[in-house]
Amino acid sequence: MTPLTIAFLPLTDCAVLAAAKEKGFAAENGLDLQLVRDVSWATARDRLIYGQVQCAQMLAPLAVAVSLGLGQHPAALAAPFKLSVNGNAVTFSRRLAAMLEMDAGERVRDPAATAQALATVLRTLPAKPVFAVVHRFSSHALALRYWLSSAGIDPDADIVLRVLPPSFMSDALGRGEIDAFTAGEPWNSVSVASGNGEIVALGSRIWESGPEKVLAMRQDWADANAEVVDRLLQALDRAAAWCQDDRNHAELAAILSSNSYVGCPAELIASALSGQIRLVPGEPSVEERNFLLLHRHASNFPWRSQALWIYSQLARWDYLEPSADAEAAASHVFRSDIYRRALAGGATPLPGASLKLEGSLSGEWPVASDTGKLSLGPDRFFDGEVFDPSAVGDYVQRFKAQA
Amino acid sequence: MRIVIVDESHLRATIVEEGLMEAGYRDIILVPPAAGYVAEIERLAPDVVIFDLGSPTRDTLEEMLAVSRSLARPIAMFVDKSDDDMIGAAIDAGVSAYVVDGLRKERVKPILDLAVRRFNAFSRLQNELHDAKTALSERRVIERAKLLLMSSRSLDESEAYALLRSTAMRQNRRIVDVAEAIVTASELLEGKQ
Repeated sequence: MTPLTIAFLPLTDCAVLAAAKEKGFAAENGLDLQLVRDVSWATARDRLIYGQVQCAQMLAPLAVAVSLGLGQHPAALAAPFKLSVNGNAVTFSRRLAAMLEMDAGERVRDPAATAQALATVLRTLPAKPVFAVVHRFSSHALALRYWLSSAGIDPDADIVLRVLPPSFMSDALGRGEIDAFTAGEPWNSVSVASGNGEIVALGSRIWESGPEKVLAMRQDWADANAEVVDRLLQALDRAAAWCQDDRNHAELAAILSSNSYVGCPAELIASALSGQIRLVPGEPSVEERNFLLLHRHASNFPWRSQALWIYSQLARWDYLEPSADAEAAASHVFRSDIYRRALAGGATPLPGASLKLEGSLSGEWPVASDTGKLSLGPDRFFDGEVFDPSAVGDYVQRFKAQA
Repeated sequence: MRIVIVDESHLRATIVEEGLMEAGYRDIILVPPAAGYVAEIERLAPDVVIFDLGSPTRDTLEEMLAVSRSLARPIAMFVDKSDDDMIGAAIDAGVSAYVVDGLRKERVKPILDLAVRRFNAFSRLQNELHDAKTALSERRVIERAKLLLMSSRSLDESEAYALLRSTAMRQNRRIVDVAEAIVTASELLEGKQ
C-alpha cells in the first residue's frame, strides 16, 4: 500500500475524496489514503505547497492563482482531475430577497432579471449591501462578479465584498452583519433551514458547467510520482461514478454527515447530491438536475479551456497583467494529459479534445471520444456569451468595454 | 516590535505570550478570533501576527492583509525560503506567522520557533491531561468492579483484584476492560440502564 495524504475542507463536494477512502476505491488501487480536514483554504494551500500533504482539494481559481504567483506564495500546481462541477448558490437575507419583488422560482430561473432587480434595489438602499464570498480566488466569487456585472453592478464599487468562512455565513446573515453570501453546499441549505436566508441564484444557472473543486498537487511531485498519480486518478474516477449514482446518495450523505467530514445533518447534504434545493424557508424544494455534478458528462475532465476561462476572469478583474506567458501557465494548470494517461482504456470515455468553446451547448451533446459513447452536458452562460479559448484577449476586452 | 497573537484557545495564547515575555518581547496583544477581530488587527498595525491554523477565519485575515489600505506596510506570511522544514514544523504544530514587509528573517525566526515550541508543548499538555483523566476513570471502574465482586462472591479486596487480574490474563484483555464488563453487566442486571 502506498501512503498518500490529501487535504480537504468540510463541504459536500469533498464527496469523491470521502468515497474513495470510505468505499475502498483507493485501497483497491493500492493506496492508503489519509484525509486531512482543514478549515481554511489558506491552510490547505500551505500544507500542499510545503509538502505536508501530497494532494489537496482546491478551489479551481485558487489553483490557477497560486500557479501564477497571485496571493501569498507562488508554486506550480497541477490539477489533473476535477472533483466537482457547479454546486454553489447565492443566498440573500430575507429582507434583501423580499426587496427584489420576484417569485422565488423565477429568481433562480432568470438570473439576468434577478441581477436587474438587484441593480434597481441598490439605487434605493441607503448603504451598500455587504456580500460575503469564501475566497477572492473562488469560483463563487468569479460567478458572483460575472452575474452582478451583467446588470451594470460594479462588484468593486456598488457593493462591499467580504471574505468569510462558509460555516460562518448563515449566522452572519442572521445577525445582519452581511446581506448576502455565495458559498458551496451545505451552507446555503443550512441558511435556508435556519430561516435566515433565501437562495436567489444557483451557480448552475449562471454557468451551466462551471469548474468548482479540483484535485491539486505540486507539479514537481506529480512528475516524480506519475505511477501513484495514475492509481489515484483511477480510484477517484470509480469513486466519482459511485457518488454520481442516485442509488448511493443516501449512503454518501450519511458518510459526509459525520464529524470527520462535513459534520451536518444528512438531509441537508442529500439535497445538493440529488439536486433538490429548498430556496425559501418552509417552501417545497425545486429540482435542479445539474446542481452539483460529480461525474456525469465528463465532469472530472480538466478542460484546459476552463482554466483559460478562469484566467480570463482574473485578467478581467485586474488580478493580473495579461501576458502570453501567464496565459500559457494558466492553461497548463489543468492537466488533461495526465487525466488521459491515467484513465486510458478505462470505463470512463475520454474526450477527443482538451479545449472546447465554453458556453455553446444547450443540451446533452454527443462528442468524439475514445469509445464513442461520451455526451457532454449543457454548458451555457446565462447571458449567452461564448468563451473561445483561442481568443482570450478579445473576450476580456469585450467585458472591459461594457464596464 | 508589536506582536499580536490570534488564537481560539485563550490558554494557549497565554502560554505563547508568557514565552515571548520571557524572551524579552514587551508589546504583545492577544486577540481572540471573534467577530470583527480582523478590523482590530488592522487597527493595531502589528509587525508580527502569530495565527492559530485551527481557526477557519484565516482566509478572512489574508484578504484583509491583501486589501488593507490602513496598514503602513504590507504583511505576508512568513516564509523562510531556505527552510521548508521549519514551515512544515509550524504547520504541523498548527501555527503560522504573518510579518510586515522588510522585517529581517533573523528577527522573525526566533519568534516563530518559540510559538511552535509552545504550541507543541500545549498539545503535549492536553494529551497528558486527557491521559490522566482516562487513568483516573479507569481506576474508578476497577474499584467499582472489585466492590461488586467482593459483595456478590464474598471475597476480600485482594482476592477480588486477583480474580480480575487472572481473568484478564486468561482472556488476553486489559483489567479495566474486564472490570468494565462486570460493571456494565451488573448495571444491566439491576436495570440501571
